Amino acid sequence: MSEYSVFQLLRETLRGHTGWRPAWRDPAPKERYDVVIVGGGGHGLATAYYLAKEHGITNVAVLEKGYLGGGNVGRNTTIVRANYMLPGNERFYSKSLALWEGLEQELNFNLMMSQRGVLNLAHTDGQVDMFARRGNAMRLHGEDAEIWTPEEIRRHVPMLDLDNARFPVRGALMHRRGGTARHDGVAWGYARAADRLGVDIIQNCEVTAIERDPQGRITGVDTTRGRIKAGKVGLAVAGHTSQVAQMAGLRLPIETHLLQAFVTEGLKPILDQVVTFAAGHFYISQSDKGGLVFGSSLDGYNSYTARGNLPMVEHTAEAAMSLMPCIGRLRLLRHWGGVMDMTMDGSPIISTTDVPGLYLNGGWCYGGFKATPGSGWCFAHTIARDEPHPISAELRLDRFMTGHELDEAGTGAQPNLH
Amino acid sequence: MRIPCPVCGERPSEEFTYRGDARPVRPPMDSSDQGAWVEYVFFRDDERGRIKEQWQHTIGCRAWIVVDRDTASHEVHGSELARDAAEGGQA
Repeated sequence: MSEYSVFQLLRETLRGHTGWRPAWRDPAPKERYDVVIVGGGGHGLATAYYLAKEHGITNVAVLEKGYLGGGNVGRNTTIVRANYMLPGNERFYSKSLALWEGLEQELNFNLMMSQRGVLNLAHTDGQVDMFARRGNAMRLHGEDAEIWTPEEIRRHVPMLDLDNARFPVRGALMHRRGGTARHDGVAWGYARAADRLGVDIIQNCEVTAIERDPQGRITGVDTTRGRIKAGKVGLAVAGHTSQVAQMAGLRLPIETHLLQAFVTEGLKPILDQVVTFAAGHFYISQSDKGGLVFGSSLDGYNSYTARGNLPMVEHTAEAAMSLMPCIGRLRLLRHWGGVMDMTMDGSPIISTTDVPGLYLNGGWCYGGFKATPGSGWCFAHTIARDEPHPISAELRLDRFMTGHELDEAGTGAQPNLH
Repeated sequence: MRIPCPVCGERPSEEFTYRGDARPVRPPMDSSDQGAWVEYVFFRDDERGRIKEQWQHTIGCRAWIVVDRDTASHEVHGSELARDAAEGGQA
Protein backbone atom coordinates (compact mmCIF):
# COMPACT_ATOMS: atom_id res chain seq x y z
CA MET A 1 0.00 0.00 0.00
CA SER A 2 2.10 2.86 -1.23
CA GLU A 3 1.39 6.56 -1.42
CA TYR A 4 -0.46 7.83 -4.44
CA SER A 5 1.77 9.99 -6.62
CA VAL A 6 2.14 11.02 -10.24
CA PHE A 7 5.08 8.63 -10.57
CA GLN A 8 3.06 5.70 -9.35
CA LEU A 9 0.28 6.66 -11.73
CA LEU A 10 2.76 6.73 -14.62
CA ARG A 11 4.22 3.38 -13.62
CA GLU A 12 0.78 1.79 -13.42
CA THR A 13 -0.20 3.35 -16.74
CA LEU A 14 2.77 1.61 -18.35
CA ARG A 15 1.86 -1.78 -16.89
CA GLY A 16 -1.85 -1.64 -17.57
CA HIS A 17 -2.94 -0.74 -14.02
CA THR A 18 -2.23 -4.27 -12.81
CA GLY A 19 -0.25 -3.19 -9.76
CA TRP A 20 -2.90 -1.40 -7.70
CA ARG A 21 -3.64 -3.07 -4.39
CA PRO A 22 -6.60 -2.67 -2.02
CA ALA A 23 -6.20 0.49 0.00
CA TRP A 24 -7.09 -1.19 3.29
CA ARG A 25 -7.11 -4.70 4.71
CA ASP A 26 -10.23 -6.85 5.13
CA PRO A 27 -9.54 -8.44 8.53
CA ALA A 28 -11.69 -10.91 10.44
CA PRO A 29 -12.80 -9.49 13.77
CA LYS A 30 -10.46 -10.20 16.69
CA GLU A 31 -11.84 -11.45 19.98
CA ARG A 32 -11.12 -8.21 21.81
CA TYR A 33 -10.42 -4.55 21.11
CA ASP A 34 -9.71 -1.60 23.36
CA VAL A 35 -12.25 0.46 21.47
CA VAL A 36 -15.02 -0.58 19.09
CA ILE A 37 -16.53 2.11 16.89
CA VAL A 38 -19.97 1.23 15.58
CA GLY A 39 -20.48 2.75 12.15
CA GLY A 40 -17.99 2.87 9.26
CA GLY A 41 -19.04 6.20 7.84
CA GLY A 42 -17.02 9.37 7.79
CA HIS A 43 -17.38 10.09 11.49
CA GLY A 44 -16.59 6.56 12.65
CA LEU A 45 -13.53 6.28 10.42
CA ALA A 46 -12.28 9.73 11.37
CA THR A 47 -12.71 8.83 15.04
CA ALA A 48 -10.71 5.63 14.62
CA TYR A 49 -8.00 7.51 12.74
CA TYR A 50 -7.60 10.19 15.41
CA LEU A 51 -7.78 7.60 18.21
CA ALA A 52 -4.77 5.91 16.65
CA LYS A 53 -2.91 9.00 15.56
CA GLU A 54 -3.55 11.51 18.34
CA HIS A 55 -4.13 9.22 21.31
CA GLY A 56 -2.01 6.18 20.46
CA ILE A 57 -4.94 3.78 20.79
CA THR A 58 -4.51 1.43 17.84
CA ASN A 59 -6.32 -1.70 19.04
CA VAL A 60 -9.50 -0.37 17.49
CA ALA A 61 -12.21 -1.88 15.29
CA VAL A 62 -14.67 -0.01 13.12
CA LEU A 63 -17.79 -2.13 12.56
CA GLU A 64 -19.87 -1.33 9.50
CA LYS A 65 -23.14 -3.13 8.82
CA GLY A 66 -22.98 -2.52 5.07
CA TYR A 67 -20.05 -1.44 2.98
CA LEU A 68 -17.64 1.31 3.84
CA GLY A 69 -18.99 4.75 3.00
CA GLY A 70 -22.38 3.35 1.96
CA GLY A 71 -24.37 5.43 4.42
CA ASN A 72 -24.83 9.16 4.78
CA VAL A 73 -21.20 9.96 3.98
CA GLY A 74 -21.95 8.85 0.43
CA ARG A 75 -25.43 10.40 0.27
CA ASN A 76 -24.98 14.06 1.16
CA THR A 77 -24.63 17.25 -0.88
CA THR A 78 -20.89 17.51 -0.01
CA ILE A 79 -21.00 21.00 1.50
CA VAL A 80 -18.25 22.07 3.89
CA ARG A 81 -18.68 25.26 5.92
CA ALA A 82 -18.37 26.91 9.31
CA ASN A 83 -21.00 29.64 9.19
CA TYR A 84 -22.75 29.13 12.51
CA MET A 85 -23.67 31.77 15.04
CA LEU A 86 -23.83 30.20 18.49
CA PRO A 87 -20.43 29.89 20.20
CA GLY A 88 -20.92 26.20 21.09
CA ASN A 89 -21.44 25.38 17.43
CA GLU A 90 -19.13 27.85 15.70
CA ARG A 91 -16.09 26.92 17.78
CA PHE A 92 -16.58 23.28 16.81
CA TYR A 93 -17.27 23.82 13.10
CA SER A 94 -14.37 26.26 12.88
CA LYS A 95 -12.01 23.55 14.15
CA SER A 96 -13.55 21.15 11.68
CA LEU A 97 -12.97 23.52 8.76
CA ALA A 98 -9.36 24.06 9.84
CA LEU A 99 -8.88 20.26 9.80
CA TRP A 100 -10.49 20.06 6.34
CA GLU A 101 -7.93 22.53 5.02
CA GLY A 102 -5.01 20.25 5.79
CA LEU A 103 -6.75 16.93 5.31
CA GLU A 104 -5.67 16.07 1.76
CA GLN A 105 -2.01 16.46 2.69
CA GLU A 106 -2.46 14.62 5.97
CA LEU A 107 -4.22 11.64 4.39
CA ASN A 108 -2.37 11.79 1.05
CA PHE A 109 -5.75 11.42 -0.59
CA ASN A 110 -7.40 13.66 -3.16
CA LEU A 111 -10.58 14.86 -1.47
CA MET A 112 -11.27 17.38 -4.25
CA MET A 113 -11.55 19.98 -1.54
CA SER A 114 -12.85 23.11 -3.20
CA GLN A 115 -13.16 26.26 -1.10
CA ARG A 116 -15.39 27.96 -3.59
CA GLY A 117 -17.34 29.97 -1.03
CA VAL A 118 -20.77 29.50 0.50
CA LEU A 119 -23.22 32.30 -0.29
CA ASN A 120 -26.35 32.62 1.88
CA LEU A 121 -28.85 34.85 0.09
CA ALA A 122 -31.07 37.20 2.11
CA HIS A 123 -34.48 38.16 0.80
CA THR A 124 -35.64 40.78 3.27
CA ASP A 125 -33.94 43.63 5.10
CA GLY A 126 -34.49 41.65 8.30
CA GLN A 127 -32.62 38.71 6.84
CA VAL A 128 -29.73 40.97 5.80
CA ASP A 129 -29.52 42.20 9.40
CA MET A 130 -29.69 38.65 10.69
CA PHE A 131 -26.85 37.57 8.37
CA ALA A 132 -24.79 40.60 9.43
CA ARG A 133 -25.23 39.48 13.02
CA ARG A 134 -24.24 35.93 12.15
CA GLY A 135 -21.28 37.18 10.07
CA ASN A 136 -20.06 39.24 13.02
CA ALA A 137 -20.38 36.23 15.31
CA MET A 138 -18.37 34.16 12.82
CA ARG A 139 -15.62 36.80 12.63
CA LEU A 140 -15.42 36.94 16.39
CA HIS A 141 -14.57 33.23 16.22
CA GLY A 142 -11.88 33.90 13.62
CA GLU A 143 -13.92 32.71 10.62
CA ASP A 144 -14.29 34.72 7.45
CA ALA A 145 -17.56 36.40 6.60
CA GLU A 146 -18.57 39.22 4.28
CA ILE A 147 -21.85 40.88 3.47
CA TRP A 148 -22.39 41.16 -0.26
CA THR A 149 -24.68 43.70 -1.90
CA PRO A 150 -27.02 42.66 -4.73
CA GLU A 151 -24.58 44.27 -7.20
CA GLU A 152 -21.72 42.12 -5.95
CA ILE A 153 -23.90 39.02 -6.11
CA ARG A 154 -24.91 39.85 -9.67
CA ARG A 155 -21.29 40.24 -10.69
CA HIS A 156 -20.12 36.96 -9.16
CA VAL A 157 -23.19 34.75 -9.63
CA PRO A 158 -24.87 35.94 -12.83
CA MET A 159 -27.24 32.99 -13.24
CA LEU A 160 -29.39 33.85 -10.21
CA ASP A 161 -32.70 35.67 -10.50
CA LEU A 162 -32.15 38.48 -8.00
CA ASP A 163 -35.32 40.34 -8.92
CA ASN A 164 -37.90 37.65 -8.27
CA ALA A 165 -41.08 39.59 -7.47
CA ARG A 166 -41.82 37.57 -4.37
CA PHE A 167 -38.32 36.78 -3.09
CA PRO A 168 -36.01 39.62 -4.28
CA VAL A 169 -32.39 39.22 -3.15
CA ARG A 170 -31.41 42.08 -0.82
CA GLY A 171 -27.93 40.91 0.06
CA ALA A 172 -25.97 37.86 1.10
CA LEU A 173 -23.54 36.44 3.60
CA MET A 174 -20.38 35.18 1.88
CA HIS A 175 -18.24 32.58 3.67
CA ARG A 176 -15.21 32.23 1.38
CA ARG A 177 -13.51 29.31 3.10
CA GLY A 178 -16.62 27.18 2.75
CA GLY A 179 -17.12 24.96 -0.28
CA THR A 180 -17.39 21.32 -1.22
CA ALA A 181 -15.36 18.12 -0.91
CA ARG A 182 -15.55 14.69 -2.50
CA HIS A 183 -17.68 12.81 0.04
CA ASP A 184 -16.66 9.23 -0.84
CA GLY A 185 -13.03 10.29 -0.88
CA VAL A 186 -13.29 11.41 2.72
CA ALA A 187 -14.40 7.95 3.82
CA TRP A 188 -11.75 6.23 1.70
CA GLY A 189 -8.99 8.56 2.81
CA TYR A 190 -9.73 8.12 6.49
CA ALA A 191 -10.20 4.37 6.06
CA ARG A 192 -6.81 3.93 4.44
CA ALA A 193 -5.06 6.14 6.97
CA ALA A 194 -6.72 4.41 9.94
CA ASP A 195 -5.98 0.98 8.51
CA ARG A 196 -2.29 1.86 8.21
CA LEU A 197 -2.18 2.77 11.87
CA GLY A 198 -3.52 -0.67 12.76
CA VAL A 199 -7.26 -0.08 12.97
CA ASP A 200 -9.37 -3.05 11.81
CA ILE A 201 -12.16 -1.99 9.47
CA ILE A 202 -14.76 -4.74 9.47
CA GLN A 203 -17.51 -4.47 6.88
CA ASN A 204 -20.75 -6.42 6.60
CA CYS A 205 -20.75 -6.65 10.36
CA GLU A 206 -23.97 -5.43 11.97
CA VAL A 207 -24.10 -4.86 15.70
CA THR A 208 -27.10 -6.73 17.10
CA ALA A 209 -26.60 -6.13 20.82
CA ILE A 210 -24.50 -4.07 23.19
CA GLU A 211 -23.29 -6.15 26.12
CA ARG A 212 -22.89 -4.87 29.69
CA ASP A 213 -21.76 -6.40 32.97
CA PRO A 214 -24.01 -6.49 36.07
CA GLN A 215 -22.70 -3.06 37.09
CA GLY A 216 -23.87 -1.69 33.75
CA ARG A 217 -20.41 -1.23 32.27
CA ILE A 218 -19.89 -1.93 28.59
CA THR A 219 -18.17 -5.26 27.93
CA GLY A 220 -18.54 -5.58 24.18
CA VAL A 221 -20.95 -6.01 21.31
CA ASP A 222 -22.68 -8.93 19.65
CA THR A 223 -22.58 -8.80 15.87
CA THR A 224 -23.55 -10.77 12.79
CA ARG A 225 -19.90 -11.86 12.71
CA GLY A 226 -19.75 -12.98 16.31
CA ARG A 227 -19.15 -11.46 19.72
CA ILE A 228 -16.48 -8.83 20.10
CA LYS A 229 -15.24 -7.76 23.51
CA ALA A 230 -14.38 -4.13 24.06
CA GLY A 231 -13.60 -1.85 26.96
CA LYS A 232 -15.16 1.10 25.23
CA VAL A 233 -17.81 1.37 22.52
CA GLY A 234 -18.38 4.52 20.49
CA LEU A 235 -21.56 4.95 18.46
CA ALA A 236 -21.27 6.85 15.18
CA VAL A 237 -24.32 5.55 13.35
CA ALA A 238 -25.99 8.74 12.13
CA GLY A 239 -29.52 8.06 11.02
CA HIS A 240 -29.92 5.03 13.25
CA THR A 241 -28.65 6.54 16.50
CA SER A 242 -31.94 6.02 18.36
CA GLN A 243 -32.08 2.37 17.32
CA VAL A 244 -28.51 1.47 18.26
CA ALA A 245 -28.51 3.50 21.49
CA GLN A 246 -31.65 1.61 22.51
CA MET A 247 -29.55 -1.58 22.59
CA ALA A 248 -27.80 -0.03 25.60
CA GLY A 249 -31.02 1.24 27.12
CA LEU A 250 -30.44 4.85 26.10
CA ARG A 251 -33.41 7.00 25.16
CA LEU A 252 -32.38 10.13 23.28
CA PRO A 253 -33.66 13.60 22.34
CA ILE A 254 -33.75 12.50 18.70
CA GLU A 255 -36.36 11.94 16.01
CA THR A 256 -35.39 10.23 12.79
CA HIS A 257 -36.42 12.10 9.65
CA LEU A 258 -36.10 11.91 5.92
CA LEU A 259 -34.15 14.24 3.62
CA GLN A 260 -34.01 14.11 -0.15
CA ALA A 261 -31.25 15.25 -2.52
CA PHE A 262 -31.02 15.68 -6.26
CA VAL A 263 -28.46 15.77 -9.07
CA THR A 264 -29.14 17.02 -12.59
CA GLU A 265 -27.51 15.96 -15.83
CA GLY A 266 -24.08 17.49 -16.36
CA LEU A 267 -23.64 20.88 -17.94
CA LYS A 268 -20.90 23.45 -18.47
CA PRO A 269 -19.89 25.57 -15.48
CA ILE A 270 -22.68 27.96 -14.52
CA LEU A 271 -22.32 28.16 -10.75
CA ASP A 272 -19.00 28.73 -9.00
CA GLN A 273 -20.21 28.88 -5.39
CA VAL A 274 -22.47 27.00 -3.03
CA VAL A 275 -25.61 29.13 -2.94
CA THR A 276 -28.44 28.92 -0.43
CA PHE A 277 -31.89 30.38 -0.92
CA ALA A 278 -33.21 31.56 2.43
CA ALA A 279 -36.77 32.15 1.27
CA GLY A 280 -37.38 28.44 0.95
CA HIS A 281 -34.42 26.61 2.48
CA PHE A 282 -32.77 25.44 -0.69
CA TYR A 283 -29.06 24.91 -1.42
CA ILE A 284 -27.29 24.26 -4.69
CA SER A 285 -23.79 23.78 -6.04
CA GLN A 286 -22.24 22.38 -9.19
CA SER A 287 -20.14 19.25 -8.96
CA ASP A 288 -16.86 18.89 -10.80
CA LYS A 289 -18.64 16.52 -13.18
CA GLY A 290 -21.01 19.37 -14.07
CA GLY A 291 -24.21 18.17 -12.43
CA LEU A 292 -26.10 20.56 -10.21
CA VAL A 293 -26.37 19.06 -6.73
CA PHE A 294 -29.21 20.42 -4.60
CA GLY A 295 -31.64 19.79 -1.82
CA SER A 296 -34.07 21.51 0.49
CA SER A 297 -35.96 20.74 3.69
CA LEU A 298 -36.88 17.52 5.43
CA ASP A 299 -40.04 15.77 4.30
CA GLY A 300 -41.27 16.66 7.76
CA TYR A 301 -42.39 13.46 9.46
CA ASN A 302 -40.56 10.66 11.25
CA SER A 303 -39.24 8.10 8.82
CA TYR A 304 -36.63 5.37 8.48
CA THR A 305 -37.38 4.69 4.83
CA ALA A 306 -34.60 6.64 3.06
CA ARG A 307 -37.25 7.10 0.39
CA GLY A 308 -38.87 10.49 -0.14
CA ASN A 309 -42.32 11.53 -1.19
CA LEU A 310 -43.30 13.73 -4.12
CA PRO A 311 -44.53 16.91 -2.33
CA MET A 312 -40.95 17.70 -1.28
CA VAL A 313 -39.70 16.99 -4.80
CA GLU A 314 -42.17 19.57 -6.06
CA HIS A 315 -41.22 22.06 -3.32
CA THR A 316 -37.52 21.68 -4.12
CA ALA A 317 -38.13 22.14 -7.85
CA GLU A 318 -40.14 25.29 -7.09
CA ALA A 319 -37.30 26.72 -5.00
CA ALA A 320 -34.83 25.88 -7.76
CA MET A 321 -37.00 27.67 -10.31
CA SER A 322 -37.39 30.73 -8.08
CA LEU A 323 -33.64 31.03 -7.65
CA MET A 324 -32.32 29.90 -11.04
CA PRO A 325 -35.06 29.93 -13.67
CA CYS A 326 -32.41 29.09 -16.30
CA ILE A 327 -32.17 25.49 -15.07
CA GLY A 328 -35.84 24.75 -15.69
CA ARG A 329 -35.21 22.47 -18.65
CA LEU A 330 -32.52 20.36 -17.03
CA ARG A 331 -33.39 16.76 -16.31
CA LEU A 332 -32.76 15.13 -12.99
CA LEU A 333 -30.17 12.41 -13.24
CA ARG A 334 -30.51 11.01 -9.74
CA HIS A 335 -32.63 11.60 -6.70
CA TRP A 336 -32.36 9.85 -3.36
CA GLY A 337 -33.37 10.00 0.28
CA GLY A 338 -31.40 9.63 3.47
CA VAL A 339 -32.16 9.01 7.13
CA MET A 340 -31.35 11.91 9.47
CA ASP A 341 -31.13 11.74 13.24
CA MET A 342 -32.66 15.11 14.11
CA THR A 343 -32.03 16.37 17.62
CA MET A 344 -34.54 18.48 19.46
CA ASP A 345 -32.39 21.63 19.22
CA GLY A 346 -30.90 21.02 15.78
CA SER A 347 -27.33 20.66 17.07
CA PRO A 348 -25.29 17.46 17.24
CA ILE A 349 -24.25 15.33 20.21
CA ILE A 350 -20.67 14.27 20.99
CA SER A 351 -20.75 12.96 24.50
CA THR A 352 -20.04 10.54 27.24
CA THR A 353 -23.20 8.81 28.47
CA ASP A 354 -24.67 7.48 31.71
CA VAL A 355 -23.51 4.01 30.62
CA PRO A 356 -19.84 3.57 31.60
CA GLY A 357 -17.79 2.79 28.53
CA LEU A 358 -20.41 3.95 26.04
CA TYR A 359 -19.84 7.10 24.01
CA LEU A 360 -22.27 8.81 21.71
CA ASN A 361 -21.67 10.64 18.46
CA GLY A 362 -24.91 11.42 16.66
CA GLY A 363 -27.79 13.76 16.10
CA TRP A 364 -26.04 15.35 13.14
CA CYS A 365 -29.38 16.40 11.72
CA TYR A 366 -28.60 16.95 8.05
CA GLY A 367 -25.26 18.68 8.60
CA GLY A 368 -22.91 15.88 9.49
CA PHE A 369 -20.67 15.86 6.44
CA LYS A 370 -18.91 19.17 7.08
CA ALA A 371 -18.31 18.07 10.67
CA THR A 372 -16.52 14.84 9.76
CA PRO A 373 -12.93 15.77 10.72
CA GLY A 374 -13.92 17.82 13.77
CA SER A 375 -16.32 15.15 14.91
CA GLY A 376 -13.67 12.46 14.68
CA TRP A 377 -11.14 14.71 16.41
CA CYS A 378 -13.43 15.52 19.36
CA PHE A 379 -15.04 12.08 19.64
CA ALA A 380 -11.63 10.38 19.73
CA HIS A 381 -10.66 12.71 22.59
CA THR A 382 -13.95 12.01 24.40
CA ILE A 383 -13.40 8.25 24.14
CA ALA A 384 -9.69 8.30 24.99
CA ARG A 385 -9.93 10.69 27.95
CA ASP A 386 -13.46 9.85 29.08
CA GLU A 387 -14.36 13.53 29.05
CA PRO A 388 -15.57 16.01 26.42
CA HIS A 389 -13.07 17.87 24.28
CA PRO A 390 -13.16 21.58 25.19
CA ILE A 391 -14.17 22.39 21.61
CA SER A 392 -17.21 20.10 21.70
CA ALA A 393 -18.02 20.58 25.38
CA GLU A 394 -21.30 22.29 24.60
CA LEU A 395 -22.42 19.42 22.36
CA ARG A 396 -22.80 17.15 25.38
CA LEU A 397 -25.95 15.08 25.75
CA ASP A 398 -26.74 16.51 29.18
CA ARG A 399 -27.37 19.96 27.73
CA PHE A 400 -30.99 18.91 27.30
CA MET A 401 -31.31 18.24 31.02
CA THR A 402 -29.72 21.52 32.09
CA GLY A 403 -31.37 23.97 29.72
CA HIS A 404 -28.27 24.60 27.59
CA GLU A 405 -29.68 23.62 24.21
CA LEU A 406 -27.98 25.00 21.11
CA ASP A 407 -30.99 26.04 19.06
CA GLU A 408 -29.31 27.68 16.07
CA ALA A 409 -32.59 28.10 14.17
CA GLY A 410 -34.56 29.24 17.20
CA THR A 411 -37.49 26.98 16.42
CA GLY A 412 -37.73 25.05 19.70
CA ALA A 413 -38.00 21.33 20.29
CA GLN A 414 -39.57 20.52 16.92
CA PRO A 415 -36.99 18.56 14.93
CA ASN A 416 -38.73 18.84 11.57
CA LEU A 417 -38.33 22.63 11.70
CA HIS A 418 -34.54 22.66 12.21
CA MET B 1 -48.50 9.51 1.30
CA ARG B 2 -52.23 10.02 1.90
CA ILE B 3 -53.72 10.55 5.33
CA PRO B 4 -57.29 9.70 6.28
CA CYS B 5 -58.86 12.64 8.10
CA PRO B 6 -61.76 11.47 10.29
CA VAL B 7 -63.70 14.56 9.16
CA CYS B 8 -62.68 15.09 5.53
CA GLY B 9 -61.71 11.60 4.38
CA GLU B 10 -58.44 10.63 2.70
CA ARG B 11 -56.39 13.68 1.76
CA PRO B 12 -52.81 14.24 0.49
CA SER B 13 -50.23 14.57 3.27
CA GLU B 14 -49.19 18.07 2.23
CA GLU B 15 -52.52 19.38 3.57
CA PHE B 16 -51.38 18.37 7.07
CA THR B 17 -48.88 19.75 9.57
CA TYR B 18 -46.81 17.33 11.59
CA ARG B 19 -46.31 17.51 15.33
CA GLY B 20 -44.82 14.14 16.21
CA ASP B 21 -45.19 11.25 18.61
CA ALA B 22 -48.65 11.38 20.24
CA ARG B 23 -47.70 9.50 23.39
CA PRO B 24 -45.76 11.96 25.55
CA VAL B 25 -48.21 13.57 27.94
CA ARG B 26 -47.54 17.08 29.21
CA PRO B 27 -46.92 17.28 32.95
CA PRO B 28 -49.45 19.37 34.88
CA MET B 29 -48.86 23.06 34.19
CA ASP B 30 -48.05 23.70 37.85
CA SER B 31 -45.56 20.85 38.00
CA SER B 32 -42.00 21.80 38.92
CA ASP B 33 -40.64 18.32 38.25
CA GLN B 34 -37.78 19.23 35.91
CA GLY B 35 -37.11 15.63 34.91
CA ALA B 36 -40.70 15.15 33.80
CA TRP B 37 -40.62 18.32 31.68
CA VAL B 38 -37.27 17.35 30.08
CA GLU B 39 -38.72 13.94 29.21
CA TYR B 40 -41.85 15.47 27.74
CA VAL B 41 -40.17 18.22 25.73
CA PHE B 42 -37.06 16.44 24.44
CA PHE B 43 -36.97 12.67 24.75
CA ARG B 44 -38.61 10.28 22.28
CA ASP B 45 -38.73 6.55 21.64
CA ASP B 46 -38.21 7.28 17.93
CA GLU B 47 -39.34 3.82 16.89
CA ARG B 48 -38.87 2.15 13.58
CA GLY B 49 -42.31 0.75 12.86
CA ARG B 50 -45.90 1.64 13.67
CA ILE B 51 -46.35 4.71 15.84
CA LYS B 52 -49.21 7.01 16.84
CA GLU B 53 -48.52 10.58 15.92
CA GLN B 54 -50.28 13.92 15.94
CA TRP B 55 -51.04 15.76 12.71
CA GLN B 56 -53.21 18.81 12.10
CA HIS B 57 -55.34 19.08 8.96
CA THR B 58 -54.11 22.63 8.43
CA ILE B 59 -55.38 23.14 4.89
CA GLY B 60 -58.66 21.43 5.62
CA CYS B 61 -60.88 21.19 8.67
CA ARG B 62 -57.97 22.20 10.97
CA ALA B 63 -58.74 19.31 13.30
CA TRP B 64 -55.91 17.75 15.30
CA ILE B 65 -55.84 14.04 14.62
CA VAL B 66 -53.87 11.01 15.77
CA VAL B 67 -52.55 8.94 12.87
CA ASP B 68 -51.37 5.34 13.11
CA ARG B 69 -48.44 5.25 10.67
CA ASP B 70 -45.43 3.03 10.00
CA THR B 71 -42.12 4.92 10.00
CA ALA B 72 -40.41 2.07 8.17
CA SER B 73 -42.82 1.98 5.22
CA HIS B 74 -44.97 5.16 5.30
CA GLU B 75 -48.03 2.92 5.39
CA VAL B 76 -50.96 4.58 7.19
CA HIS B 77 -53.23 2.28 9.20
CA GLY B 78 -55.88 4.68 10.43
CA SER B 79 -56.66 7.85 12.32
CA GLU B 80 -59.00 9.39 14.85
CA LEU B 81 -59.65 12.83 16.25
CA ALA B 82 -57.05 13.77 18.86
CA ARG B 83 -59.88 14.51 21.29
CA ASP B 84 -61.23 10.97 20.93
CA ALA B 85 -57.72 9.52 21.31
CA ALA B 86 -57.19 11.52 24.50
CA GLU B 87 -60.46 10.16 25.85
CA GLY B 88 -59.20 6.61 25.44
CA GLY B 89 -59.98 5.90 21.81
CA GLN B 90 -58.11 3.28 19.84
CA ALA B 91 -57.02 4.40 16.42
